[in-house]
Amino acid sequence: MDYVLAALVGVFIALGVYLLLSRSVVRMLLGMTILGNGVNLLIFTAGRVTRGVAPIVPEGLDAPVGPIANPLPQALILTAIVIGFSMFAFLLVLAYRAYKSLDADNTDRMRLAEPDDAPQPPLSY
Amino acid sequence: MEDLAHAALPPAMIETATAIGDWLIVLPILLSLLGAAFLMVLRRQRGAPVIGAVLIVGGVIAADVGLLLRILADGPLSMTMGRWLPPFGISLTADLFSAGFALAAAVVTLVVVLYAEMGRDAEKGRDGFHSMVLLLLAGVSGAFLTGDLFNLYVWFEVMLIASFGLIVLGGTPLQIDGAIKYGFINFLATTLFLLALGLTYGLLGALNMADIIRVAPEANPAALTGIAAILLLAFGTKAAAFPVNAWLPASYHTPLPAVSALFAGLLTKVGAYALLRTLIALLPQSRDLLEPVLVGLAITTLLIAPLGAIAETNLRRAAGFFVISGIGAILAGLALPSREGIAGAGLYIFHAMLSVTALYLIVGLIEQRTGERDTRRMGGLFVTSTPLSILFFGTILAIAGVPPFLGFWPKLLLLQAGVVEAGENWIGWALVLALVINAVLTLIAGTRIWAHIFLRNGPEGVAGALEPMALRPWTGRARLAMGSTLLLCGVIFAISLWPNPMMEVGQKASAELLDTSRYVDAVGLAEVMP
Repeated sequence: MDYVLAALVGVFIALGVYLLLSRSVVRMLLGMTILGNGVNLLIFTAGRVTRGVAPIVPEGLDAPVGPIANPLPQALILTAIVIGFSMFAFLLVLAYRAYKSLDADNTDRMRLAEPDDAPQPPLSY
Repeated sequence: MEDLAHAALPPAMIETATAIGDWLIVLPILLSLLGAAFLMVLRRQRGAPVIGAVLIVGGVIAADVGLLLRILADGPLSMTMGRWLPPFGISLTADLFSAGFALAAAVVTLVVVLYAEMGRDAEKGRDGFHSMVLLLLAGVSGAFLTGDLFNLYVWFEVMLIASFGLIVLGGTPLQIDGAIKYGFINFLATTLFLLALGLTYGLLGALNMADIIRVAPEANPAALTGIAAILLLAFGTKAAAFPVNAWLPASYHTPLPAVSALFAGLLTKVGAYALLRTLIALLPQSRDLLEPVLVGLAITTLLIAPLGAIAETNLRRAAGFFVISGIGAILAGLALPSREGIAGAGLYIFHAMLSVTALYLIVGLIEQRTGERDTRRMGGLFVTSTPLSILFFGTILAIAGVPPFLGFWPKLLLLQAGVVEAGENWIGWALVLALVINAVLTLIAGTRIWAHIFLRNGPEGVAGALEPMALRPWTGRARLAMGSTLLLCGVIFAISLWPNPMMEVGQKASAELLDTSRYVDAVGLAEVMP
C-alpha cells in the first residue's frame, strides 16, 4: 500500500510542477493545489499506513491495547489543509483582481513591476 | 495488563504548572496576536490603532529584552504547550540567536509603525494595516522562538498571509502585479518546506528540533542530505539567495514604502535564520555534504546582487538588490561553520534587519520628498535635504561594511573565519575574495546612487541645471517619519560604536548553536540522549 501511495505522491507532484510551469495564472493555481495535496498525501504516507484501529485509549487505561493507527500525520495534514486552503483562496482572489485590473491571465503580459522596456543602466559617474 | 502498560511507558504529561518566569517565551507571540485582534476591533477609531500598535509593540520589545537577559543568564529557555511532555507537545525554545532576532524584529516593527503614518491619510485608517503588521510580527517572532519544525511551518504561513495582506494594501495594478509574483513563489517555497517536513517525519519520526538533534546522527545520511537539500531550496527561496532571487526585486518595490521596509527587514531574514537553525544545529552532517553547494550559492549571490544594484534606475528596486547581497554574506557564514563563521552569519542577520530597514525608510523619504521613484528623475537633493543625504550615505557605508559602521563587525568575523579556513583549502580564500569584492561593488553601487540623487545638479539630461529640484513641503507626518528613521539610524550608529556587547552575545550564541547539548537539555530531552 505504501508503494502505491508513494507513486501517487510522485504523480501529484509531477502534475503540480507541470501546471506551475504554465504561463496562465489559473493553471498555476490548480498546480499549487495539486502540489499541496501531493504533499499532504506524502505526510500521510510518511506516518506509515497501517491496518491498526483508531487511536483511542480505552477508559481506565494509560495506553491503547494493541497496535493503533498513527494519529499525528492526520493532525499535521489537517493543519496543512486549512492553511493551504486559505492561501489558495487569497491567490484565487488575487488572480481575479489581476485579470480585472491588468487584463491579463498570462504572466508574460504582467510587466508593470518589471517593465519590458527597462531603461539602460545609468552611465554617469 | 494494566500495570504492564503503565510500567513500560515513560510519563507523557506534565504534572506541574509551568514556572511563571518561563511564560516569558510566549509573551512576544501572544501580545502581538492578541494585539492584532484587538486593533481589528478598534480600527474605526481615529488615531487609536497607531497608539495601540505602538503600545503593544513596546510591550513586545520589553518581553524580548527580558527573554534575552534571561537566556544570557540561564541558557536556552523552553516551554512545551498543552501539558504534553516533549517530544509530544509543541515546544517553544529560544536560544540567544532566537531572542536577539526577535528583539531586532520588534524594534524594526516599532519604527515602521511610526513611519507608516506618512503614507496614510485619515480615511485609510480603517484598512486594518496595524492588525496585519502585528500579525506579521507574531509570525516572525513565532518563527524565531519555536522549537518545533511543524510549528515553524505554521509561523511561516502566519507571516505569509499577513504579508499578502500588506503587499496588496492600496490595490494599485502595480501592487497586484508584484503580489502575484510574491504570492506564488512564497507559497511554493512553504509547500516545499512542508514536503521536507513530511519526509523528516517519515525518516526520523521526530519534528521537535531537540528530538531531531538527538536522532538525526543515526539516520541514513543520504536520505537526510536529500531532505536538507529540499530545505535549502525552500529557505533559500524565502531568503532570496541567488538562483531563486528574482521574485524579490520584482515585488518589494510595489507596496507602500513602510511595508517594503518591513518586508526587507524581516521576511528574508526569517528564511536565513531557518537555514542557520536547520543546517547548522539540526543537520550538521548533511550541511558538510552540501558545503560545495553552499559555497557556490554564497559566492554567486555575493557577486551578482550588487551588480543588479549598479544597473538599476528604480531606487527601491536597487535597494532590493542590497537585501539579496546581505543574504550572500549570511550564506558565506553557513559555508564556514566555525565559531566565528556562525557568529558572523548570525550577527549579519541582526545587522541586516536593522540596516536594510533603515535604507528602505530613507529611500521612502526620498520618494516622498521628490514624488519620483526613478533615480534618473532625481538630482540636486544635497542642497535641500542635507540630513537625508548624510543618512543615506551612512547607511550605504553600514551595508557595505566600512569600519566603524555596523556591517563591518559581522563581516570582520566572516573574514576571520574565511582566513582560518583558507589555511586548509581553497574554499576559505574564495569566500574571503567574494566578500571583499562584494563590499567594493556594494560601495560602488551605493555611492553611485547617492551621487545621482544628491550630488548631480538636476535630473538626468538637464545638463548644467543648477536649480535644485523642487521638493514637496514637509508635513507633520513626514517629520514623524524622519524622526523614526533618525531613531533607527541612531540605534544602528550606537551599536556600531560600541559593538562589544553584540560581538560577545554573537560569539556565545554561535557556540550554543554549534554545541546543542544545552538546547536539548533545556527542552528536557537530555536524559534520553543516546
